[in-house]
Amino acid sequence: MQVVETDAQLVARCREGDDDAWRELVERFSRYVYAIAVQAFRLSQADAEDVFQEVFARAYENLPKLRDDNAIRPWLAQLTRRLCLDSLRSGAREQVGDLPEPSGVDETISQLDEALAVHEALATLPDNCREILDRFFARDESYRLIGEALDLPAGTIASRISRCLVKLRGELEGRNVPAPESGG
Amino acid sequence: MHEYNEETLANLLRTLPTPPQAWVKAAQEIPLARRGLDDIVERARADQAFRDALIADLERALEVAGFDSDPALAEAVRERLFL
Repeated sequence: MQVVETDAQLVARCREGDDDAWRELVERFSRYVYAIAVQAFRLSQADAEDVFQEVFARAYENLPKLRDDNAIRPWLAQLTRRLCLDSLRSGAREQVGDLPEPSGVDETISQLDEALAVHEALATLPDNCREILDRFFARDESYRLIGEALDLPAGTIASRISRCLVKLRGELEGRNVPAPESGG
Repeated sequence: MHEYNEETLANLLRTLPTPPQAWVKAAQEIPLARRGLDDIVERARADQAFRDALIADLERALEVAGFDSDPALAEAVRERLFL
């Protein structure tokens, strides 16, 4: 089982000027920020890219001002939300000041929070499980592609995914789930 | 406690798609950019003598150009300029 640094520990290292910590922080939250932009606010890829870069630029600048290092996720969510709304408003021709958030933003972000928790649990799994679940579900890779990348027979991928999901569920529910017997 | 069946987990894993790798890399390089990476790369592309100096001895060329010794910055310059 992997030991994963807490958000607060990671933020503390970033604040000390540790470039590796910053890279890890971006890696940890990049999907979350991206998903808020494209799923909750339905921004175009071009606008989402602008928001994505601006979120991390501002996060880098303002990290020293963050009062609670554990609050990095909601802080990033709020920052992303504000910048997405600015992006929508700058693209609107009329009633710029009145443009409301799209409907369902709260629900979508709530679901993204839950998804992030699942990804955090995923990060604690052994490399083989983490890799195969991420490739199949998040990167939408085929059994054949995963088999080639991980040097595994394509016919075994489905069962490995299933076993890894059991491990992931065990991690999330705080239960002791027996490790998969082989490779997965 | 939330009931995480296989389908729920699969859906939640799919909910966070991967952003383009170039976006992530650019964001990860923010500290380096703040330390002058973009300026160095731009200058190397515009100034052949500076580029030649970087190729000959990257760390020394950066030092002469006024940058503090910084292995991470040097590595990023090397990568960006394919040195």
